Amino acid sequence: MANTLPPTDRSCDISQPLERLSSDESLKTESDYLRGTIALGLLDRITSAVPGNDIKLMKFHGIYEQDDREIRDERRRQKLEPAFQFMIRVRLPGGICTTERWLKISELACAHGNETLRMTTRQTFQFHWVLKQNIVPLIRGLHEVLLDTVAACGDDSRGVMATVNPQFPALQAELAALAKTVSDHVIPKTRAYHEIWYGEERIASSEPEEPFYGQTYMPRKFKIGFVIPPNNDIDIYAQDLGYIAIIGEDGKIAGFNVAIGGGMGRTDKAPHTYPRTASVIGFITPDRLISVTEAVMGVQRDYGNRADRSRARFKYTIDDKGLDWIKLAIEDRAGPLESARPYDFTSNADIYGWIESGDGFHHFTLFIENGRLNRDMLDKIAQIAHVHKGHFRLTPNQNLMIANVAMADKPEIEALLRETGLIAFNERSVLRLNSMACVALPTCGLAMADSERYLPDLITKIEGILTRYNLQNEPITLRMTGCPNGCSRPFIAEIGLTGRAPGKYNLYLGGGFHGQRLNRLYRENIGEPAILETLNEVLGRYATERLPDEHFGDFTIRAGIIREVTEGRFSND
Amino acid sequence: MASQLSRGTLTAEQWQLVEALGSSLTPEHAYWISGYFAGLGSALLRSSGTVSQSPDVCIPPVVTQAEPVAARSLTILHISETGNSTELAIRLAALAVEQGLSPTLVGIADYKVRKLKEEQDLLIITSTHGEGDPPQSGMEFFEFVEGRKAPSLSGLRYAILALGDMSYEHFCGAGKRLDERFEALGAKRLQPRVDCDVDYEDPAAVWSTGILALLAAEQASAISSVASPSKTTGGTQQANNSVYSKRNPFPATVIDNIVLSGRGSTRETHHIEISLADSGLTYEPGDALGIAAHNDPAMVEALLAALSMNPDAPLTVKGQTTTLFDALGKSFEITTATLRFLDHWGELTGTTDIFSAMDNTKRAAFLHDNHIIDIIRAYPLKGLDPQRFVDGLRPLQPRLYSIASSLSICPDEAHITIAPVRYKLHGEPRSGVASGHLADRAIADSVLPVYIQSNPHFRLPSNGEPIIMIGAGTGVAPYRAFMQEREANGGGRSWMFFGERNFRTDFLYQTEWQDWLKNGVLTKMEVAFSRDGAEKVYVQHRIYEHAHDVYAWLEEGAYIYLCGDASHMAPDVHNILVTVIEEQASVQREEAEEYLRDLQRDGRYQRDVY
Repeated sequence: MANTLPPTDRSCDISQPLERLSSDESLKTESDYLRGTIALGLLDRITSAVPGNDIKLMKFHGIYEQDDREIRDERRRQKLEPAFQFMIRVRLPGGICTTERWLKISELACAHGNETLRMTTRQTFQFHWVLKQNIVPLIRGLHEVLLDTVAACGDDSRGVMATVNPQFPALQAELAALAKTVSDHVIPKTRAYHEIWYGEERIASSEPEEPFYGQTYMPRKFKIGFVIPPNNDIDIYAQDLGYIAIIGEDGKIAGFNVAIGGGMGRTDKAPHTYPRTASVIGFITPDRLISVTEAVMGVQRDYGNRADRSRARFKYTIDDKGLDWIKLAIEDRAGPLESARPYDFTSNADIYGWIESGDGFHHFTLFIENGRLNRDMLDKIAQIAHVHKGHFRLTPNQNLMIANVAMADKPEIEALLRETGLIAFNERSVLRLNSMACVALPTCGLAMADSERYLPDLITKIEGILTRYNLQNEPITLRMTGCPNGCSRPFIAEIGLTGRAPGKYNLYLGGGFHGQRLNRLYRENIGEPAILETLNEVLGRYATERLPDEHFGDFTIRAGIIREVTEGRFSND
Repeated sequence: MASQLSRGTLTAEQWQLVEALGSSLTPEHAYWISGYFAGLGSALLRSSGTVSQSPDVCIPPVVTQAEPVAARSLTILHISETGNSTELAIRLAALAVEQGLSPTLVGIADYKVRKLKEEQDLLIITSTHGEGDPPQSGMEFFEFVEGRKAPSLSGLRYAILALGDMSYEHFCGAGKRLDERFEALGAKRLQPRVDCDVDYEDPAAVWSTGILALLAAEQASAISSVASPSKTTGGTQQANNSVYSKRNPFPATVIDNIVLSGRGSTRETHHIEISLADSGLTYEPGDALGIAAHNDPAMVEALLAALSMNPDAPLTVKGQTTTLFDALGKSFEITTATLRFLDHWGELTGTTDIFSAMDNTKRAAFLHDNHIIDIIRAYPLKGLDPQRFVDGLRPLQPRLYSIASSLSICPDEAHITIAPVRYKLHGEPRSGVASGHLADRAIADSVLPVYIQSNPHFRLPSNGEPIIMIGAGTGVAPYRAFMQEREANGGGRSWMFFGERNFRTDFLYQTEWQDWLKNGVLTKMEVAFSRDGAEKVYVQHRIYEHAHDVYAWLEEGAYIYLCGDASHMAPDVHNILVTVIEEQASVQREEAEEYLRDLQRDGRYQRDVY
């Protein structure tokens, strides 16, 4: 390896002794392959929390400790600890969910998750408000339908995404299957999960517990996704490793363009952090998928920055070493990549309502505002799940697709959608249908402002502005998060809002309509009146000055309202 | 710190130790240790000076022969959200030590607000969170300083360094708030506050240099002057020589009344803090607070309406002339009817036959279901002389509540834990006389007549013997006093068994128990929440689960305490204790009962049940 690769600075990577690296590296090393004291902490009856180090380790098991932040202060005065509870994220590669699994998840959400459930921007489920003593029953419940929560969070390969677009039904199914194969291949192999959550005995073995990861896993999270142009529903440019399917002349998958180094998270006031869109570095045939995945992840595992967690994502490794060097390092492990093939994206949005896929099946995409399901919605969808013969797909835009409905069954599903009133969810404004928000307050520990609880009201007000300028049928992407970490991918939206303090947001403009270009900070730390005033002015100009078919994000750049971001590392300039 | 020293001046063995330590440190640890060694180095160099101890920096005391210096105490307090304030404070402390000062460095999470009034020189570094608020860890401190309980700070000198972010509306709001409030409380500002934006390093350094130069110069001139007068600290366990007693209760002011039960609880348990300042009243852990509660004014009005009597009618009670309204409010029991009242009212209304026709059981049931006002409404009488009416009433008796605090931690205060008795009768909400008064009307600043009721049969062991405390609900109160006492004055092992309904909402004083477990004041704790699971679990179940250890503790001389409900919990716990002894000692039940009786006779099994 050293013979072919030019030398590089290794002062911050895995080659260094632990004391030179961030404390999380020691924590992982000393965790006994993610066991820590988790099993013991579950037994402590004096607190509903778990000890500090276990909080971090439990993320690798898909579990986040959170608390109801709104009553934190009230409870402090009452001499009660915060109302701790846990968010549990399922591993659901490609967002594919059978009806049997749906019903189980729905039942578990009602039993242990405060009768609520989230569908996430990475095509999976999140349970919220789970009490410590209910974690084991919930995870065992998932196990009954062969689901788990392994690596849904933590410094490892997160849930693998795949397009849900039914335009190419056979290819979509193939990609979903590949997402599952890749996910199974790249998740941690430690038996800790089985021991802690299923109560299995620890088996002595001389085999290495983590042949790929070792004791320190990845420097930070690593996100993989699959997509088929022209629909970029999974936001391929936001993935650490994205595979863009290239369809051959025979209509089959000829291979994949490989895109690396996408990522959303940034920190306010820290110019060395920034979002980055992925770079396409070449093309591979399908048989090389696993070896290239291992090579890309291996390069990040070995060269990623483990000294400074704010610089540990793959995107910074790429910008620090240079894209060419990284490509060489990958090819050094997996062999040469072919030249990237041409492709074209037109949208990253979902297509709502019924679509026929050409193989005789019909698919209904139902708008679920911010992926938030309450008891009433769960009950109604369960009615559909009981009769539906196909499966469900969770879309990357937090919506629900009732997939693979045979022509003969379509009237029954349609009737249920009408009877339950679910169908009315799709009768929303174009802006709302193209919006996303993360969970944020009151449970997310990172949130500085509301997101999913506030965006619906804000959209109502923006709809008024759009109507004033006769723009109500113009698709514009609008995404909000409660902090700058970017869960709803706000930095590639045409209008991005990220929380700074209660009621205060940074406003970003100029993102690409189908997620191909980052936006730039336009107004900092402003409240609702200023947000509406600013949007009123900019949308007013868009209405009068735009070119035919010109998207809002493109317009703001052409009109000189905001400077284009050509590369992530320049987005703070 | 040891900037002039190089690794070479250490022996190989010393360097190995340093290196081994260094490899296991988090950045927080490293900072902490840098402060520790800075303090140690300075203390070793200095031949005189007072040294202080705090949870953050423990500077070992140095035995010297020189005269003590008349130095003022110096505390550096950091209120940090992301660690920047902490980092600056550590650097400031190290610099201060270099200049010959003896700072106590403390983070807000470890700071006892009660210490504030004893501070002399206080340097605060605080960041701001959200809309001009302090970081979460500083909320309690701010509430104290900005609240009604804030002491006069006329003896305090201070300086504030505020960290913030200019892009927020309330830039450095927390620092500004403290600065204004300290000034209002009479403290003297040593140098103007500095507000820093996100690039805080330079302004912070200027502020630090300035304040340390000032303090160091002062200290230099103080060294040549006379030694400071030694401070006398008054003992907290003085004899109770107060003029106030049950006959003459002290009109105490309520400091605070907090509902301890969390949102959604099926309980309503209050924590009430009462000021004993200037009363001369003292107490020991285990004692009770007597409260001469008053009747609900609304109940008095309803009663007067039912009687068609004038509230202002004059009345003589124990030789004192008062109004009927006042007398019914403060002097007479006007809710629960007695047999005597039944006879009295029967005579007045000519309905004696009705009541005398009842047998004892029926009469008891009738009295249970009918309060005085219900009887009056059922058998009304107009034009009655007020004096004749009150002749049938009992005097209102004070109620006793276990004190939930220790004077060692809460000087001049007594805390109580109460759960109001509430129920419906004849379609109307009713509540217990004292518990209703305490829950609903003992709000902050209101006045409560109180006295101390000594309880010599519920006392901590005098030589720090191990203790097992068993309590459910408000029965937890005296154990809080025990723990405060042991926190202040030390003691042996302790084990708490606590029971209530739901973990999330009813774990009374949860965070305090967690702290006592953390700092070792409390050795072990078991909890039983009866309504959390499918099966009801009570304290006696937890005792039985730990039968082996409970018996071992008893054999090792532990004292066992039982406080709370007399009707169910106390007999259940007593029975399980007998069973534990029977099984663990392999003796007959009678012998086990004898064992407990012996403990009781020796004062090692103490009960306070109600």
